[in-house]
Amino acid sequence: MTAPETLMAAGFFGQPFMQHALLAGTATALAAGLTGYFLVLRAQVFTSDALGHVAYAGALGALAFGFDPAAGLLIATIATACAMAGLGLRARPDDVAIGSTFAWILGLGSFFLTLYTTRHSGANSRANVTYLFGSIFGISASQAVLVTWITLGVCVAMAVLARPLLFASLDEAVAAARGVPVRLLGVAFLALVGVVCAESTQAVGGLLVLGLIAAPAGAAHRLTSRPYLGILLSAVIGVGAMWAGLAFSFYVPTVPPSFSIMSAAALAYVAAAATTTVFGVRADHALRRNVWRSRLHLSA
Amino acid sequence: MSGSVTAASGILATTAANPPWSWNLAADLHDMLGYPFMVNAFRAGTIVAIVAGVVGWFMVLRKQTFAGHTLAVSAFPGATAAALLGISATIGYFAFSLAAAVAIAIVSRPTRGNGFSEESAVVGVVQAFVLACGFLFAYLYKGFLGGVNAPLFGSSFAITNAQVVALGSFGAAVLAILAIIGRPLLFSSVDADVAAARGVGVRRLGVVFLIVLGAAAAEASQIAGALLVFSLLVMPAATAQRLTARPLSSIALTVGFGLVATWGGLTLAYFEPYPLGFCISSFSFGGYLLAHLSTWRLRRPRQPLATPHPVGVTT
Repeated sequence: MTAPETLMAAGFFGQPFMQHALLAGTATALAAGLTGYFLVLRAQVFTSDALGHVAYAGALGALAFGFDPAAGLLIATIATACAMAGLGLRARPDDVAIGSTFAWILGLGSFFLTLYTTRHSGANSRANVTYLFGSIFGISASQAVLVTWITLGVCVAMAVLARPLLFASLDEAVAAARGVPVRLLGVAFLALVGVVCAESTQAVGGLLVLGLIAAPAGAAHRLTSRPYLGILLSAVIGVGAMWAGLAFSFYVPTVPPSFSIMSAAALAYVAAAATTTVFGVRADHALRRNVWRSRLHLSA
Repeated sequence: MSGSVTAASGILATTAANPPWSWNLAADLHDMLGYPFMVNAFRAGTIVAIVAGVVGWFMVLRKQTFAGHTLAVSAFPGATAAALLGISATIGYFAFSLAAAVAIAIVSRPTRGNGFSEESAVVGVVQAFVLACGFLFAYLYKGFLGGVNAPLFGSSFAITNAQVVALGSFGAAVLAILAIIGRPLLFSSVDADVAAARGVGVRRLGVVFLIVLGAAAAEASQIAGALLVFSLLVMPAATAQRLTARPLSSIALTVGFGLVATWGGLTLAYFEPYPLGFCISSFSFGGYLLAHLSTWRLRRPRQPLATPHPVGVTT
């Protein structure tokens, strides 16, 4: 009775591809959850939408011209993120300039795709699908280790940035008056988001990065209005959704892992929204923001 | 008829057979429009450019770019689900785009004040989930490797007469709804608070508009592809609103830019081996950049529509 189950459990952690997927997936979800909390707080979720598409175009461009696609998408996302922040574009949902530009960059991606497939006829057109929708079960050991190191760097950077960034996000004018380098913080943060989008592209693909960033963070914002608890919750929900998705796709192989992970994340968001609506424990952001503002003002 | 369509588009799909480009423009155009499939592509493109332009104009005015992008990509699971179930792609497109519109309308609530808004998180979740669904359907339908590109990037020239008629009637319905709700929608988009105080059903209008946007996105994605529809929705409108602040002339300009970009894109994609979506978005983006450069510091960007004064009140 339990023999096949234990066998399956051993297989789950015993398979090398699953170990790599778990390591890379955990790291990716952690980084996305941490940065996602601030993206939702700063109403900049649209940025990750744009950067995910830019990552795809960057990877395909690198492939078309014979460079390393991982380097190509990293350069593309960081450069775009810095350009957005440098131009003072906050990438709010209404940002027409960003929308127009990334729509065209995506068109450029489809152009690179044509170049790539015509030049390397018969070469694996699976690369295209990988950069659009990810292939976490295909991650190698060295890639998984690299993703983990990148996430460690992101965590350290977020630990340093968290407090001033919180201040700058909640009350930009006062933070600036107190000597917090608001603009520099914005650039540094968006550059970090660029790194996160680039590392997530390998796992879930350029088009689905958005879900890993928006869903856990959105759920955390629904559940609590305490900033540090929210950041923690966002990371935990993200990692939990990643594990649930990986496990589901391991046991039900007809379902691709990207879909399972996105479904788990979306489910977490819907569950959080439903719970807070039904029980009326909706986080009171307006009140909390004022409390946090005054605390930050006093201690800055 | 449909046999010749697929044969002709099959020829176009291979790079070697792109017709030569001479400098005799009239002859080139005549040759191009000699193919029935090109005539149908131009008809469909014209319908789509007009509908997407008008709806996109309201979308840009209402600052719902992110929601518009999400509804646009909802066409991808629509197309792949239709392929998987073996039903008409048009039904799939509309079903998913409308479902996504309703989901966003239900879950999101009107946001007060500026800055923090949960709506963007909702829209992001819907978008990622919808794309993941599309991926799942494409994965289950084993036509995976080649199949994913056509619905995403709009590489298809194979539009039949029946599809043109269907596009036309859906487009007419969308425009009729917009004509009915246009005036109160404009009012509530420019100043929701005052409109609500005057008894305009702001929230209901918002829901209706999201559904109209979903329908327009579903329609447009059949020609430009799910990922690049957004360029037809956002760019002509953004260009026109940069140039003028009068609603009617701005809408007219939007439609004009959309038509030029679509016709230019179709022509370029006919003569060169570039994907159609790339050609259309390049023309649109070129226009957008030109509008920005031409108004750069010559005068202040004219955006009285965005000022917090009610319509008709001048200061």
